[in-house]
Amino acid sequence: MQVFNDFGRYCRLLYQAIRSSTELKSYYKNFVSEMIKTGYDSLPIVILAGVFTGAVLTIQTSYQLVSPFIPNSTVGAIVTQSIIIELAAVISGLVLAGRVGARIATELGTMRVSEQIDAIESMGFNSVSFLVVPRVLAGFVMFPILYIAAATMGVSGGLLAGMITGQVPAADFMQGARTFFLPWDVIFGMTKSVVFGFVITSISCYKGYYASGGAEGVGKATTNATVLSCIFVLLSDLLLAIILL
Amino acid sequence: MIEVKNLKKSFGKNLVWENVSLTIPDGETLAIIGKSGCGKSVLMKHFNALLLPDEGEVHVDGKNIFDLSYVDLRILRQRFGFLFQGAALFDSISAYENVAFPLRYFTELKEKDIHKRVMDCLDMVNLSGIGNKGTSELSGGMRKRVGLARAIVLEPDYLMYDEPTSGLDPETSDEINDLIIHMSENLNITSIVVSHDMHSVLRIADYAAFLDEQKLSWFGTIDEMLVADHARLKSFTTASEYAISNPQRMNVPD
Repeated sequence: MQVFNDFGRYCRLLYQAIRSSTELKSYYKNFVSEMIKTGYDSLPIVILAGVFTGAVLTIQTSYQLVSPFIPNSTVGAIVTQSIIIELAAVISGLVLAGRVGARIATELGTMRVSEQIDAIESMGFNSVSFLVVPRVLAGFVMFPILYIAAATMGVSGGLLAGMITGQVPAADFMQGARTFFLPWDVIFGMTKSVVFGFVITSISCYKGYYASGGAEGVGKATTNATVLSCIFVLLSDLLLAIILL
Repeated sequence: MIEVKNLKKSFGKNLVWENVSLTIPDGETLAIIGKSGCGKSVLMKHFNALLLPDEGEVHVDGKNIFDLSYVDLRILRQRFGFLFQGAALFDSISAYENVAFPLRYFTELKEKDIHKRVMDCLDMVNLSGIGNKGTSELSGGMRKRVGLARAIVLEPDYLMYDEPTSGLDPETSDEINDLIIHMSENLNITSIVVSHDMHSVLRIADYAAFLDEQKLSWFGTIDEMLVADHARLKSFTTASEYAISNPQRMNVPD
């Protein structure tokens, strides 16, 4: 029953957010501030995750494909496609579920238990349009940008790792990457990142907005937000793969 | 004027109170008293529809606020100032910005006019020198005073105080009480105060509402309360240190 109750409240919060999204222009500053916190501030960790994922993938793929019949360019093709289609979106999604999701749930949860959300409402603000809408929209806008950063840095990391270890020359890597590159793969990856952005920010907003029970309640809300975000990132990843590929 | 009619509230299966009816005339101060956990703050949060009742009505200037659309309700809420128990200051911005916050969103004032209004309000609560201090640098009493400055910055008709003196030393409590009296007398604001501090209640309130045994057990003026023949009310009001030290004032037998 609790699951249905949670789902109902989550849908109601989203409905309120959609209804009040027309007020965003009044809270434009919040939106800009959230875009900076979600996007710009997350850039270092997303770049780091992208570079290391690409590098490790190149080294492991070339290790697995030791055969005179498989050209080196295959490694570039596999790494590039894997990163663009799957890893840039999913790895950055999981990292951001921790970074962005936890931040949002903690912020809103603390505001809830310290009556700051009540204060916002009692002043005459719409707390959903003031707090939830900017955060979810910032997720929509910034996650695809972070995806592009993760994908670019992932491929670059793969290229560099191949060069530094001498396993895949740069020319071979790039040849493989170019040969099998499809623009649709980028659109698919970006679609994923938009969905992940929505899933992570909306779940975290929901958990934080309805937090209760003091510091322990905020801790619980943050943990639940992060865990649920990760689960729904993976679930939506599977669903999108089934639907779009 | 605020009129409360047959209000009932429960959380799940737990009844908080029922059949609560009272009237707060304009410019007067009502104190909601009762034991911890009896639903004092819950009742006050119904006066600007921060909480919704199971049954009953709250009329503000003749309109049932639970019938208002959300947009109209938000306009009405701008006529209410609310000092929360922990002040509920936004910790991501400075004390000054907390006070300026409603002005920036609900008025078309220019920056210099906002500054003047904020400084006037901070002056009123004796915090003019607070500058751009972060809220974490403030003491409990200062936080409450900043919260009060924020509550009055839009010049509300109604001011609600949730435990304004709890956790404060007697001197700071008296300062807060003076401020509440000042707001009520000089700005003609109708005030609602949730408190179990009888010293404060006797200083600031005109009316008292005693919540007990899941109902409004007693309602009347402060003078009536002092002589009321109500055992549980008497037990509650005379339990305070102030009452013990002022037996004549509290009608306590020696």
